[in-house]
Amino acid sequence: MAEYKRPNSEAEFKKNFKQKKPLMNDTEAYYEASRCLFCYDAPCIQACPTSIDIPLFIKQIHTDNITGASKTIFDANWLGNACGVVCPTGVLCEGACVYNHQDVPPIQIGRLQNYATNKTIDAEKVIFKVGEPNGKKIAIIGAGPAGIACACEARTLGYEVNIYEAKAKPSGLTVYGIAPYKITNEEVLKEVDYLQKQLGFNIKYNNAINSKKELAGLEKSYDAIFVGVGLGASRYLGLDGEDKKGVVGAVEFIEELRMKHHQIKVPAKVVVLGGGNTAMDAASEAARMGARKTVLAYRNSKDKMGAYPFEYDLAISAGVDSLFNVTPIAITGNGKVEGVKFPKTEMVDGTLKTNMNNTFIVRCDMVIKATGQAKQGHLFEMIDDLDIDSKIRIKINEDFQTSNPKYFAGGDAVNGGAEVVNAAYDGKMAARGIHNWLNK
Amino acid sequence: MIDLSINFGGIKAPNPFWLASAPPTNSGYQIMKAFDAGWGGAVWKTLGVPVVNVSSRYGSVNYRNTRMMGFNNIELITDRPLADNLREIEEVKKYFPNHAVIASLMVESRAEWEQIIKDVQNAGADGIELNFGCPHGMCERGMGSAVGQEPEVLKTIVGWVKEAANIPVITKLSPNISHITDPGLAAVQGGTDSISLINTIKSIVGIDLDSYAPYPIVDGKGTNGGYCGPAVKPIAMHMLKDLAQHPEIGKVPLSGIGGIETWRDVVEFILLGATSVQVCTAVMHYGFGIVREMDAGLRQFMEEKNYKTIYDFAGKALPNVTEWKHLNLKHKVVAEINADKCIGCELCYISCDDGAHQAIALSSDPTIRIPSIIEENCVGCNLCSLVCPVEDCITMVKRDDGSERITWSERTDNDDIPVTFNDDRAGGKGHYVPTPEDALKHRKRN
Repeated sequence: MAEYKRPNSEAEFKKNFKQKKPLMNDTEAYYEASRCLFCYDAPCIQACPTSIDIPLFIKQIHTDNITGASKTIFDANWLGNACGVVCPTGVLCEGACVYNHQDVPPIQIGRLQNYATNKTIDAEKVIFKVGEPNGKKIAIIGAGPAGIACACEARTLGYEVNIYEAKAKPSGLTVYGIAPYKITNEEVLKEVDYLQKQLGFNIKYNNAINSKKELAGLEKSYDAIFVGVGLGASRYLGLDGEDKKGVVGAVEFIEELRMKHHQIKVPAKVVVLGGGNTAMDAASEAARMGARKTVLAYRNSKDKMGAYPFEYDLAISAGVDSLFNVTPIAITGNGKVEGVKFPKTEMVDGTLKTNMNNTFIVRCDMVIKATGQAKQGHLFEMIDDLDIDSKIRIKINEDFQTSNPKYFAGGDAVNGGAEVVNAAYDGKMAARGIHNWLNK
Repeated sequence: MIDLSINFGGIKAPNPFWLASAPPTNSGYQIMKAFDAGWGGAVWKTLGVPVVNVSSRYGSVNYRNTRMMGFNNIELITDRPLADNLREIEEVKKYFPNHAVIASLMVESRAEWEQIIKDVQNAGADGIELNFGCPHGMCERGMGSAVGQEPEVLKTIVGWVKEAANIPVITKLSPNISHITDPGLAAVQGGTDSISLINTIKSIVGIDLDSYAPYPIVDGKGTNGGYCGPAVKPIAMHMLKDLAQHPEIGKVPLSGIGGIETWRDVVEFILLGATSVQVCTAVMHYGFGIVREMDAGLRQFMEEKNYKTIYDFAGKALPNVTEWKHLNLKHKVVAEINADKCIGCELCYISCDDGAHQAIALSSDPTIRIPSIIEENCVGCNLCSLVCPVEDCITMVKRDDGSERITWSERTDNDDIPVTFNDDRAGGKGHYVPTPEDALKHRKRN
């Protein structure tokens, strides 16, 4: 039951990937803002990882102080615009809105946030000042949300900042890894450009830090280094036939889609392995790319899925089917994917058991693996004296400083993969941590 | 069978819904449309010596999601030729002989008054309304509110008019005065048949933050306008009550004006003694069609309360509007929070803590957002129940048993009044207030 026609032009692509949270117009924002109760010690602020003063910026929107509202947002979160769109607001700020207790729709905080920041970005309003130069330099590895946030904050504190980015565009996951119906490339890049123009940090693109020698170079030239790298490639599962043509990682699939839009071709039948938000995105995207049948396959029951319920609903509403309690054991086909072999799984005494007596094959032309990403362990290993935990996450103290005092870290490298908003917060706080350390 | 018809000081109308003298009554075309929509009367936009106007003319106060909660205008009286207006009055009366057409008038000299009264009578007007209210433009020339503010002058003019007129005379009062009963009494003493109020209140609705000019802006400058719309209703009702309760003024019929938009407003004005109501801003906002809602609501109210005519309940609230000194000092209510309904916005807490009597506490457990009442501190002021966004979540509960009652007036009569600040009877003693330093502790939980 395909809902979407295969997009053959940019216009058709845009139609299939219509923005989930379109920008509000002035009237809509005015009326929506008027509903905010201005709660005391507001639960929405508490629910935001960056503690944006939400009631304040909503009041500012309502009184037509859009620049002030944007300042309130960016002061707390350097990726205020991107987060307004990509944040799971339903489980964060909007989920905490007291209206939920009254069965009244919560305030559309994310969209109001975007309303303000977009206007300010479009008007190129200058709202930040670079700090008095303090003569010190910070290197940032990774121009993702954590790195950008760290750079912005460091610039306001007077540091010279260079970001080393492996890819050709800034913003990491936000530009490469999020479904296109959540945010467009233009919008992401516009925000970074806006910040960069005011704060003047440098990004060295296509400049991966891959060797100990390069790290040594950074250590020599900079007073502190922030590791803001995200996660790596999709994990290898070790399945029979995993190397067949048509087996792709979700991250790689989404990235290609984000970059090439309608120019990539998704075949008729797609199986997506996994039960997280990335799996939901990948499945929804495959369906929107015109796949006739898209099947989500998750090894446990529906309620054990890591994905937010609204992400699952979004995939289902795009026409995706789901299979629960199945685990892939082999990819079948002759050089090219023809199907995935699944046994059923069942919960026995609290552990998930695979029932090899009950197997079946789901025919497909493409398999998308959304079962996790590898960590950037190779980079972490090259840094001297860097403590990492058993899950290959960098350990930090309350100042976001690693066991190697010159290195600070935040975002996915530290939390193992969370929301953009968490990375944005980490980056900002790490810059403050660096400042504390360098001024001790 | 409900009968909405009225006889307002000699002016008959099929219902009490009248249009106030204002832009919606500027032409026969508008008034015919209005009568056709269900209005029972119309006070023609003030006739007078040819007048010029400016653009723009209207300003608005928007609040939250409400446009035109308050409204002002700097428009003067009709700027259409008198002959046109008179001819149209005649035409309207031909089509609607049983509807009330009242000519609002404003001129300067006695001779002018006599002439124009003759004119409107000849045109077939059912009554005359004297515009002693207009607070902009005309008053600078000694008319409008300039007269409304001078009871003696007002009385004299009412006298002239009554001598000249064969049709009933309504005197329209200005609220731009400290005691509405002064011009009210003057109007009655001058012989007026009835009174209408309020006209608009002198106002500035806002300043443009770029040109620094008040709204409405006329080529970079502005002036005070007349304030009206829903925002002025409480002021109008208070003045209406003052007149209705006055032993002499209360004897003449009163027409209520000021922020009337719904059937509830209509009923409230009638309960305070009005027997006709006049509407303008609501029509300027929504058109004549809003009378449908007023009519249906008023009839529903009367049916439920078993009233046949509006005279059955006119003034029914007046005995309950008293002076502060007659209020029962022993009556005590305190706030009660229904925890099941509470949504945890904590507005009651912060409004009481910052804005009232520090009688609401937060839970010591930060995950619980339902506040509680500190009963010994609660003075029953009502603030929390007013700010609470949930219906019936905070209610004011009676705490006295009704066995005792005493008023300030009675205490004064009994010589039971405090003479020093430290007198227990002066109140305030024993009321708990946190120390000033406590103000600096953020989110103090208990």
